[in-house]
Amino acid sequence: MMEKLIFGRYIPGDSLIHRLDPRAKLVGAIWFIIIIFMANNWLTYLVLALFVLTAIKLSEISPKFFINGVKPLIWLILFTVILQILFTSGQTIWFRLGPIVISQEGILNGVFIFMRFVLIIFMSTILTLTTMPLSLTDAIEYLLRPLDAVKVPVHEIALMLSIALRFVPTLMDETEKIMNAQRARGIDFGEGSIYQQMKAIVPLLIPLFVSSFNRAEELATAMEARGYKGGEGRTKYRQLNWHNRDTAVMVAFGLLSVALFVLRV
Amino acid sequence: MDIRFEEVGYTYQKGTPFQSRALHDIDLTIEAGSFTALVGHTGSGKSTVLQHLNALKKPTSGQVTIGDRVITHFSEDKGLKTLRKKVGIVFQFPEAQLFEETVAKDIAFGPKNFGVSEEEGLAKAKELLPLVGLDESFMERSPFDLSGGQMRRVAIAGVLAMEPEVLVLDEPTAGLDPQGRKEVMDMFYNLYQEQGLTVVLVTHQMDDVATYANHMIVLEKGTVMKEGHPRELFKEAGWLSSMQLGVPSTVRFAHELEEKFQWHFDPLPLTTDELAEQMQVKLSAGEGDAL
Amino acid sequence: MSEIIKLNNITYRYDDEDQRPALEDVSFQITKGEWVAIIGPNGSGKSTLAKTINGLIEPDSGEVSVGGLDLNEENIWSIRQMVGMVFQNPDNQFVGSTVQDDVAFGLENLGIPRDEMIERVRSALDKVNMLEFAEREPARLSGGQKQRVAIAGIVALRPDIMILDEATSMLDPQGREEVLRTVKEVKEQENLSVLSITHDIDEAAAANRVLVMRDGKMIQEGTPETIFSYGEKLIEMGLDLPFPEKLKASLKKQGMDVPADYLTEEGMVDWLWTYVSKK
Repeated sequence: MMEKLIFGRYIPGDSLIHRLDPRAKLVGAIWFIIIIFMANNWLTYLVLALFVLTAIKLSEISPKFFINGVKPLIWLILFTVILQILFTSGQTIWFRLGPIVISQEGILNGVFIFMRFVLIIFMSTILTLTTMPLSLTDAIEYLLRPLDAVKVPVHEIALMLSIALRFVPTLMDETEKIMNAQRARGIDFGEGSIYQQMKAIVPLLIPLFVSSFNRAEELATAMEARGYKGGEGRTKYRQLNWHNRDTAVMVAFGLLSVALFVLRV
Repeated sequence: MDIRFEEVGYTYQKGTPFQSRALHDIDLTIEAGSFTALVGHTGSGKSTVLQHLNALKKPTSGQVTIGDRVITHFSEDKGLKTLRKKVGIVFQFPEAQLFEETVAKDIAFGPKNFGVSEEEGLAKAKELLPLVGLDESFMERSPFDLSGGQMRRVAIAGVLAMEPEVLVLDEPTAGLDPQGRKEVMDMFYNLYQEQGLTVVLVTHQMDDVATYANHMIVLEKGTVMKEGHPRELFKEAGWLSSMQLGVPSTVRFAHELEEKFQWHFDPLPLTTDELAEQMQVKLSAGEGDAL
Repeated sequence: MSEIIKLNNITYRYDDEDQRPALEDVSFQITKGEWVAIIGPNGSGKSTLAKTINGLIEPDSGEVSVGGLDLNEENIWSIRQMVGMVFQNPDNQFVGSTVQDDVAFGLENLGIPRDEMIERVRSALDKVNMLEFAEREPARLSGGQKQRVAIAGIVALRPDIMILDEATSMLDPQGREEVLRTVKEVKEQENLSVLSITHDIDEAAAANRVLVMRDGKMIQEGTPETIFSYGEKLIEMGLDLPFPEKLKASLKKQGMDVPADYLTEEGMVDWLWTYVSKK
């Protein structure tokens, strides 16, 4: 059983966003993360927020999942926001206490940083919640394909990625089992001094390594028995299909970029 | 030391969008000195129940009483460790828990965590190796150089080394060959008989339930369907088959003989020895209608 | 009768330093359509033997031939295509991220065109009754279901031989039964030869012939009936006692005369029948 792992989990569905080509979604998400740095005033952030909210709406996934995606990172975000507030020098001082100066500009910057974080998380959460990890690997393989020309082993990288993803739940299960077994032998994980905690990890890590190596060896044998001899001459079962709606999404991102360019100061 | 469940409920990932209920208001008792079999399909809640037996998990509702300790959702984590010494669990494929450089150190690992000195722990290991069917020469060997069956025995010794009062076994013979299965089960049965250990056996092997257990709990979809002596529960062979839980071979064959020969076995035989004894009586008395 | 698998005097050591070879001068043949079970305690060399057949292990000496082809560098991929193998651990042979991807894996390796692949994946899944699970991820399948997917992955390649390397030993009784049933069905439909390495009495009983291994040597061979009549010795041979044998032993303890031959459960009832009517 996996606990509290929202980020990166696929939620099956049949919404418009689910049906988009993973390449469109992946490119879109990366594109978004780049152009968000163009935003520098209320209006631009408002446009970005509306864009993201529309996408969330279209994904037909409960907003709860997105809020949960932010939660684990909330301290990091708040820390950054506070740094922004404290270290932005501005003309309009709202509050001063000894060395602590809080200006209007600082607050504004803080809010923007906060928005930037949350929007990026929301956008990547949309991608991972609506796209099967496997489709994502397919998209990555496709986008990396040009690198084949410069001798990057794209096929092997993609296969490694998809096998790694496929074994994530298996290894999570395994981790929990070994933790339980060692707890039953008197280990307290997450208790005591840092030194004690580090020591407690050894009885977890060694068995996990050993079993992963065994699994890898058995998997390699099974793959060989099933005729795997590298990427050459292989055909592909999975195929990506680019539809008009995917082109439409790309156009939407294009328009968003233009809007940001026009509205930014 | 009794273990008692009162209206125990457990929900995984409570309060998240992924929450799922594993146990529904379960009541059950594992009496001190009993050999209890816990049976049910994969996903019936067996492993969740198992993790409540030594407070690896705390119930999300209801309470678990282990000896004189009451565990509820609000129990503090502190002090649960002492319970884990009293209730030892041999998990499924326990060889996965081995990690030390030598067999002896691995066996001594549990005792050491409960404050036993290194020397005492190693002495304990030396004492336990013959009990699990290995000899002293294994002390200094790396557990990772052993065969699967030997690793299993070392792992079992590692749990026994904590000298638990209750021994919980989760499919302890899975993956062993028949010889190994028999040896391991006989060893547990001896511990139960000679040292008065309370044993909880989680298993799919109905023949093992019939041979060893004197108490049986049937779980299904997170609830207790039946609880009682195997002899009582196996009387309802039809019900067990309809649950796809299987019936011990002896019971199945006894029912077949009852039908074919108009015999009536009383009490219901659970082992071939019990069956043979009753058959011998009937055959020598010339009972049975050859239709 | 044509021999589909032929092993001649196979000897193999994992390590040159090893005292005892893992396989010592092992020879046997399997005819087309035959089901052969190999039994023996853990560590007797059964799995090693299976791996020599499709070249996963190269023997130190001896010859292997499959479907008339000698196993060598040149033929190894053709032979692997003829021999499908189901391993013990259901998780560690599941390569694909979903059921259908896993079945397709072997076909992709062969370079089968996509349209044909889709057809063959579907039909293979249908044969093992897993079609409705085509989109499932392995984490949401039972052990028995994963093994059935592994069988589908083999069937899709249209092999001649299926090797089960303790394929049911990690499953619960239900899973064991469903996998064994699937193997029987697929064997008939596809006209396969089966080699199953097992401790399971039902699986051994399904075979035409049982081979017994110990310490890397082939020590015994016979029909299941012959082998099963060894009674208590079966446990040392790495096999469970069949129920009638257990009952016979108990009846003997009660001082009754029991037949020495192997009895099935029906045979047992028949024997009791005559016993009762003689009185």
